[in-house]
Amino acid sequence: MQPELAVRLILILPLVGAIVNGLAGLFFPAYRQRESLIGLIAIGCVAVPFFVALALFVPFHGEPVLVHFFSWMAAGQLDVSFAYRIDQLSLLMTLIVTGVGALIHVYATGYMHGDDGYWRFFAYLNLFIFAMLNLVLGDNLVVLFLGWEGVGLCSYLLIGYWYTDLKNSEAASKAFIVNRIGDFAFLLAMFMLYRELGTLNFSGILENVDAIPAATTNWVVLLFFLAATGKSAQLPLFVWLPDAMAGPTPVSALIHAATMVTSGLYLLARMSALVLAAPTMMAVVAIVGALTAIVAATIALTQNDIKKVLAYSTVSQLGFMFMAAGVGAFFVSIFHVMTHAFFKACLFLGSGSVIHAMHHVEHEVEHAGEGHIDPQDMRTMGNLGKYMPATRTTYLVSMLAIAGIFPLSGFFSKDEILFKAFEYGYNGEMYAWFVWAVGLIAAVLTAVYMTRSYILTFHGKERWPLADRVHPHESPASMTVPLWILAGLAAVGGFLGIPAVIKGGKLNWIHHWLGAPYGGPVAEPHAHAHGEGFIAIEWGLLILGLLIGVFGVWYGWTRYTKHGLAFDGILEKRFGGLYRLWKGKYFLDELYDRTIVRLLIGLANRVLAPFDKSFVDGTVNGVGATMRGSGWLLRYLQDGKVQHYASAILLGVAVVIGLIVFGS
Amino acid sequence: MTIPNITSVVIFLPLVGALLTLLLRSANAIRMTALVTTVLTFLASIVLYVGFDPAVDTRATPQLVDMFATWFPESVDVKYFVGIDGLSLLLVMLTTLLGPIVVLSSWTYIKHSFKGYYALLLVLQTGVTGVFCSFDVILFYVFFELTLIPMYFIIGIWGGENRVYAAVKFVLYTLVGSLLLLVAILYLGFAAGEAVNGGVFTTDWYKLIEYNVPLGVQSWLFLFFALAFAIKVPLFPLHTWLPDAHVQAPTGGSVILAGVLLKMGTYGLVRFCLPFFPDASLKYAPVFALLAVIGIVYGALVSRAQSDAKSLIAYSSVSHLGFVVLGIFAFTAEAMQGAVIQMINHGISTGALFLIVGMMYERRHTRLMSDYGGIAKSVPVLAFFMVFSVLASAGLPGLNGFVGEFLILIGAFKSTVVSNWLVVFATTGVILAAVYLLWMLYRVFFGPIVHEENRHMADLNPREVTLLIPLAVLMVVLGFYPRPFLDKTAPVTDHILEVVNSKLADVGPSDVR
Repeated sequence: MQPELAVRLILILPLVGAIVNGLAGLFFPAYRQRESLIGLIAIGCVAVPFFVALALFVPFHGEPVLVHFFSWMAAGQLDVSFAYRIDQLSLLMTLIVTGVGALIHVYATGYMHGDDGYWRFFAYLNLFIFAMLNLVLGDNLVVLFLGWEGVGLCSYLLIGYWYTDLKNSEAASKAFIVNRIGDFAFLLAMFMLYRELGTLNFSGILENVDAIPAATTNWVVLLFFLAATGKSAQLPLFVWLPDAMAGPTPVSALIHAATMVTSGLYLLARMSALVLAAPTMMAVVAIVGALTAIVAATIALTQNDIKKVLAYSTVSQLGFMFMAAGVGAFFVSIFHVMTHAFFKACLFLGSGSVIHAMHHVEHEVEHAGEGHIDPQDMRTMGNLGKYMPATRTTYLVSMLAIAGIFPLSGFFSKDEILFKAFEYGYNGEMYAWFVWAVGLIAAVLTAVYMTRSYILTFHGKERWPLADRVHPHESPASMTVPLWILAGLAAVGGFLGIPAVIKGGKLNWIHHWLGAPYGGPVAEPHAHAHGEGFIAIEWGLLILGLLIGVFGVWYGWTRYTKHGLAFDGILEKRFGGLYRLWKGKYFLDELYDRTIVRLLIGLANRVLAPFDKSFVDGTVNGVGATMRGSGWLLRYLQDGKVQHYASAILLGVAVVIGLIVFGS
Repeated sequence: MTIPNITSVVIFLPLVGALLTLLLRSANAIRMTALVTTVLTFLASIVLYVGFDPAVDTRATPQLVDMFATWFPESVDVKYFVGIDGLSLLLVMLTTLLGPIVVLSSWTYIKHSFKGYYALLLVLQTGVTGVFCSFDVILFYVFFELTLIPMYFIIGIWGGENRVYAAVKFVLYTLVGSLLLLVAILYLGFAAGEAVNGGVFTTDWYKLIEYNVPLGVQSWLFLFFALAFAIKVPLFPLHTWLPDAHVQAPTGGSVILAGVLLKMGTYGLVRFCLPFFPDASLKYAPVFALLAVIGIVYGALVSRAQSDAKSLIAYSSVSHLGFVVLGIFAFTAEAMQGAVIQMINHGISTGALFLIVGMMYERRHTRLMSDYGGIAKSVPVLAFFMVFSVLASAGLPGLNGFVGEFLILIGAFKSTVVSNWLVVFATTGVILAAVYLLWMLYRVFFGPIVHEENRHMADLNPREVTLLIPLAVLMVVLGFYPRPFLDKTAPVTDHILEVVNSKLADVGPSDVR
């Protein structure tokens, strides 16, 4: 297929889907009931681009293809076009976005069945895919930014999808505004690059990295990273992501786990040549990533809402990806983006399936007058595996994958991250040791909290009221089939990146595909030659990686099957204040609320608005009055008969003009 | 198709319509006359648009010129001189587009004294269009003043509870500025006449830009000009007439005010201040940029503190126009182009916001956000247009607001005149715009319906949808494909920057550049 046509199809179909479903639903109420038609259009507009991308991917032989659509803006030196780039990185991201996206669309046709805003939901979802594809396919920073803000918008619309509940709208606004803080940084980075280079095209930037003064490079990389901490939910800006779980679960799976939140990693990978020129900032990236990984993992350990556990888990896993980027292993961060997309999408959809079932239970319980349960609260779940075997099995596979159990996908990507951190430290970067050590602890915690969520949900005793009478049911095939496919990918996806130490690295497809040494777009630090002994270390690390996952799962499994929910109490006793810090989410929300938010709102409401009313306005009125001093004018003012005054002035003006004209 | 004197036709057709309405009695006939007139004017402006050839240079003369000098004695060089260049063209198109939209939006909103209202609206349109087409500064001034009176009455007669106060404030503010402007114009006319026109007083724009105003008087003349325009924009701290005027004005008045009247200020800065007084402009650029950036941040924060939806949008104008002024005083091609396109963008998106708030007001007779809440459920189509316009206004890429803001900021960052830190503060406006605009959506549209009256609010009728659609379409077109518009304005902004630079070179190296 012609690349031009292919890119056109890939980009335009999701937009068409969004417009058709959106406008038809908005203006023709009858259309809103046509669920199967709406679903078909929406799925088709994502699935077709997936196969088109696949058709580009299979014969792709390494030469990037640029597709230029039309000029967007031109002013002065600036010349920005809607131009797109097909290369190894953008193709891989496109496959993930459309592939996982299509599965989640299928799932959502089942999950959203019967919802009033079915049309609206799928319009937003398609629009999201369109924006995300701009983000990963754009050939300059401005098109990337169009996607970047576009996905933020769709995230806003979908978090606040059930808008009649103010809490959801609040979470949506919070997400958008926190993301805008990141976008602010993104804009500044573009301004700096443009000032230095006069272009925002990728090739224009990446081929001229040496021409940028070191201080500017540092700033730009730091600003890009700040942008990434917004979109990809890292310290200090991750606070919006857990709240974003207010959106429907397919949204959490697609946007807030598999695709949008990985944009920051894509950005750093795309800019890898630039990032490598700012080693100090790489340390910042890696350390922030490591801290985020462990902070979020400890919070995840204490949450009872199943989606919140997964949300903090996502934050933590994104931290792992930034650890990789910060030690120069951008291709590994993309590898983890991919495996994470598989297992985390599967986990979220699994939780959605659970919530779907628990909604039914909630309904029955309420109907029987036995009070109210929260369908997302694991404390009122238990033994669901008995009722929903497909959900249970797929959740188990993905859970083991994220925990890093050999040979599931998460094992390979996470192990590679830890190995790269170790290697970077071994090569002399001291910060990488710290990152590696924190990463190990966070990896153990990951295995523990994921096992906890699995056991509390699917094992033990039924804990909801009337458990003997009210039973949850397995979800329909439209939901379980995507689960099986994603679980399959979560199981085998790791084979694309088998560590170098096994079979001499020939099997590490992802490195060969993306890495600059093999003609890919993702740069990496200069390779260090290691002595013979290093092979032994590599094997040792591999085995260590194997053991920590197994240990974490074993620990969580035995403790939570034995004590059940009560084990949380035991942990709380053991860790005391620390546990309360975790459970309180490090009180970051409270901190921001009491400082920045309160300060700004207070400034606006209590200082500036009254100031505007009294001081600025008052002064101007006062000055005006004094200037016009004479009483007769003021009388006119108070009479409100300014027409007299104005006509007098006009008359005066006419006289002056007349004098000039006829007098000279 | 060519129409003789097309520029004058576009300017004066509304005036003819205004005279016609004076002969009519029934409300319907008056409204229809106004609608037909404005639609015809819009069609005429399309002829203008087609007739304008972007490839033809406008450095020596505008295109589609209408000129006659016989109304003034030959001893002075004051002419009826109208024409079109890229800068005029876009602003004229914006004016003629908003014409029928404003008439339609007033259809049921205006309930008494139809004749006066529609006649004044049409006179106003003639004034504004004339402002953008005049290449004689005295003529410009006449049109500039002509806009004042109709607007004063529109606010004062058809406005809200506090209309008289607001109308008086509007007029007084503007008059202070325009009197100084007149003094400056006269002085400039004489001085330029002496220097470049053989001793004959002249206000021909093309002659005035050739004249190097002596450095000593430049500052004064610049400040007189700039003050008049800064009040119109309005630039912080001269903005306080704006919220009052906007809140009190009827919807149609607010749309015209935000859409085009404010642009007369920024237009004046670009058209006159920079090329007439380049040294003074450069000298005071840091001050104006600072005030602009204060306006961006201040306007946004005060916006957030409003409880009245219309007032919130009014303050957002202070913020948005701050971007335009920043772009003008950055002295780079990118920023200047951004400023021009942002004038258009602001007219479209803020115009739409005022229209929608007006539609809400017509239904519930309140502008207080707390009287709404959750109405997305009862008025989904209205909510859709509001969200759309909010996103455009907040500068979401893909919609129009982004293009202008992006060009302004990236150009200002590159500028050596404006401090980088100032641009950083200006860029926070991007965050703050999201804060106050989403806050408005949150309070008005989302959550449960808290007031029973809102449960059965009627959604938009076909007339209302019709008048919003062109604006929504333009938001997308200008967002994705602003290139044709940018290409039209580029020759003018380049020309103005060239004039500035050559004059700076004439008087020797300046310490600012």
